[in-house]
Amino acid sequence: MPDHPSQLDVESIRGDFPILSRVINGNPIVYLDSTATSQKPKQVIDTLADFYRTSNANVHRGIYTLSEESTAAYEGAREKTASFINAASSSEIVFTRNTTESLNLLAYAWGRANLNEGDEVLVTLMEHHSNIVPWHMICAERGAVLRFIPVTDEGFLDLTDIDTLITERTKGVSFTHISNVLGTVNPVRELVDKAHAAGAIAIVDGAQGAPHVAVDMRDMDADFYVFSSHKMLGPTGVGVLYGKRALLDEMPPFLGGGEMIMEVREDGFTWKDPPWKFEAGTPNFADVVAFGAAIDYLTELGMDRVRQHEIEITDYALRQMRSLGEGVTLHGPPNPEDRGGVVSFAIESIHPHDIAQTLDWEGVQIRAGHHCAQPLMRRLNVPATARASFYVYNTNEDVDRLIDALKKAGELFGR
Amino acid sequence: MNSLAGSQPDPYFDDLYRDLILDHYRLPRNNRVLDAPDADLTQFNPVCGDEIRLTARIRNGAIEEIAFVGQGCSISQSSASMMTEAMRGRSIEDAHALAHNFRAMILGEDVDEMAMGDLMSLQGTSRYPTRVKCAVLAWDTLQKALGGASGREDVGSSDPDSAG
Repeated sequence: MPDHPSQLDVESIRGDFPILSRVINGNPIVYLDSTATSQKPKQVIDTLADFYRTSNANVHRGIYTLSEESTAAYEGAREKTASFINAASSSEIVFTRNTTESLNLLAYAWGRANLNEGDEVLVTLMEHHSNIVPWHMICAERGAVLRFIPVTDEGFLDLTDIDTLITERTKGVSFTHISNVLGTVNPVRELVDKAHAAGAIAIVDGAQGAPHVAVDMRDMDADFYVFSSHKMLGPTGVGVLYGKRALLDEMPPFLGGGEMIMEVREDGFTWKDPPWKFEAGTPNFADVVAFGAAIDYLTELGMDRVRQHEIEITDYALRQMRSLGEGVTLHGPPNPEDRGGVVSFAIESIHPHDIAQTLDWEGVQIRAGHHCAQPLMRRLNVPATARASFYVYNTNEDVDRLIDALKKAGELFGR
Repeated sequence: MNSLAGSQPDPYFDDLYRDLILDHYRLPRNNRVLDAPDADLTQFNPVCGDEIRLTARIRNGAIEEIAFVGQGCSISQSSASMMTEAMRGRSIEDAHALAHNFRAMILGEDVDEMAMGDLMSLQGTSRYPTRVKCAVLAWDTLQKALGGASGREDVGSSDPDSAG
């Protein structure tokens, strides 16, 4: 890092991640599945353990020291989250269980109140199942229609017919910020503006966005932006639903129960203001507090430098993989500037599961499968892909280990 | 491949990907759809998308002809290929018994190696829990297909995971 102050000090970062010292099948681990879940630095692990050791008590309840500490830590993490994505207010940050739950909350709470017979919801063919299935479910319930923006051969959204896809019938447009398979960085602001021009709301699935690029809610102007802690160095079990305050005010509650109510009577109930209106039951406060430590960690690294690091490593990976020869197919945009740190690929005559299996023997951990994106798999005309993904702790040496392991797999299956 | 030229295959590799498996993967046997089959069933492994379509002709309570088409990993496809070879001419009862023994082998139990023949090459799968479903997909498909074709209760498929 001292050599290039603009770059991440990856060696020092790696020292913060205890799991990277593991040996897998006799080889030092190369973890290339951060798109599925990221690893955790000791700062996050320690914060979680320390919270349970020193400050654990239910939030928003007791008039006693521990509960006040716990509440302050929980609400403090909300402030950090709001500031990380430049939300206008921390009241726009609702904590859920994960991105999927955030999207389900929107489908049900917003969808039931706003979708009617013949209305349309527009998603894209590169969505994760979590941004398709809840819409299928609510559209079926409301008599609404789910439509899809197609994808080009290069892996971009095909916006040729966008003006016939977004019409006055469109009530919501929900799309991914960055594809978990292709890595494609979508033109968020353009789609948000088109949705708004048609009177629709814009929902952005930021599961692969917020962990990897700087996001600014006031600049993006999306109505809702959803993401998960566990993909950005934080613990599992914490999702974020950012929503513009006016929309959170209008939307009815989703889950009912304790914590979200103002008053409960025999003949009804009233609820709290956002964000608590959407947080029924005891929240996952300990993990939320540790998520705050993950945000601190990323903030210290600087999201612009995180992005630059991923562009550089993806560029290196794409070059190295192309050098493997004609049997290798790379999915997604060719230019690393247009994509996140995700490389999906196919190797002729070796099924993705066999690739992942043989790489595992070399300690290289990649993902193989449909990546919860079956419509996209059909569009690519493949049953599955192998996928390597990169984050702040990955190095070019990790890419070299991947390439060596792929050569070894090629040798085995070519013998 | 320069950096690795001349390196010996790791025995670890050979444990799962035996030559016989790779041979069946590259050149699958009985790889077609039969005309006028008595049994015709397609099954998927929903976790990984492996797919097997099995067709069979049954005469006098025995498998006269059997073939498969499909897509998936080397384990699922070679297992299907070897199964079709092992099944031709077997009575339905005998086919269920072999499927039962195959499943036992893949789950790590001791089996009669002589009776299993080439199928023993898939035994290494038992060390890889995530690949068990790949190995048994064709066999589940066959047992379900035979249950229908024989017109009686499916006597061999008791694996609750075999559904879907």
